[in-house]
Amino acid sequence: MNIWIAIGLTAVGCYAVKLVGLLIPAGALERPLVQRLAALLPVALLAALTAQQAFADGRELVLDARAAGLAAAAVALLLRAPFLVVVAAAVLVTAGVRALTG
Amino acid sequence: MAVGLSGFAFGVTSAGSGLTVLQTCALSLLVFTGASQFALVGALAGGGNPFTAAAGAFFLGVRNAFYGLRLSQLLALPRAVRPFAAQWVIDETTAVALAQPTRRSVRIGFTVTGLTLYVLWNLTTLLGALGAEAIGDTDAWGLDAAGPAVFLALLAPMLRSTTERAVAGIAVVLGLGLLPVLPAGVPVLVAALAAPAVLWAEGRRRGRTDAGAQDDMPEEDR
Repeated sequence: MNIWIAIGLTAVGCYAVKLVGLLIPAGALERPLVQRLAALLPVALLAALTAQQAFADGRELVLDARAAGLAAAAVALLLRAPFLVVVAAAVLVTAGVRALTG
Repeated sequence: MAVGLSGFAFGVTSAGSGLTVLQTCALSLLVFTGASQFALVGALAGGGNPFTAAAGAFFLGVRNAFYGLRLSQLLALPRAVRPFAAQWVIDETTAVALAQPTRRSVRIGFTVTGLTLYVLWNLTTLLGALGAEAIGDTDAWGLDAAGPAVFLALLAPMLRSTTERAVAGIAVVLGLGLLPVLPAGVPVLVAALAAPAVLWAEGRRRGRTDAGAQDDMPEEDR
């Protein structure tokens, strides 16, 4: 039930922000500071989420095979690899490390 | 292409996080903005309550309001049509629409991209969710690393200047450091404060906030 509540809230919230952009008069959000904040908010959220999903198990910090996978993804990104290769590198390295370390 | 792959990765990640196929597909149909969906299932898998989990997903979706603002000038849709167009206001449709030379081609570009991606995203989500159920233990296949890799791939092109890197660095420290001490889902929201904090510090350093703003949106009035 909790999951459905979360899905409902996210669906309504995300649809509402999309619609707000189309409905409000042009210029309302054109202030440079607001634009800048809107560009930086995803940076903060994505960085925190990347770190948490790679280094957290529940509420504990752990260093496991996912760290190796994330490192592989980072290397792939530095080499300007396409999206598929980046994700595949992370998945394969994580699975490989897990298989080796049991 | 990339969207189909992320859709598949999302389906696998979501089903691997314990959501049912129906819940996974409902997210792609109703939310239809990838980063928010990944964030939501990640937060739920980490034990977050539905409200903090939805809040994190919502803040990631806020950027779509700014896309909508740009698009509403270019598309010039009748008010009655806007609620139907709104669901397709995402990164990719905005990129395509902004690249078109005339209003007609903006509308066509937006509609074709929106429809194609919507169908593709939902089909691949379903395939991913079914695939994850079929293979069982997704962790053994390293599929729990797909989520963070997708986030990193989305984040990397945004890290253009010192400001972005500072925000990302502080957010990582806050997100991990607060994880053991705050309820699940809350540390991500606190980490989001890195954005206004760095902007504030930048504004203070320059003495005038407006001078620190960089306008990377081209000015076009059509």
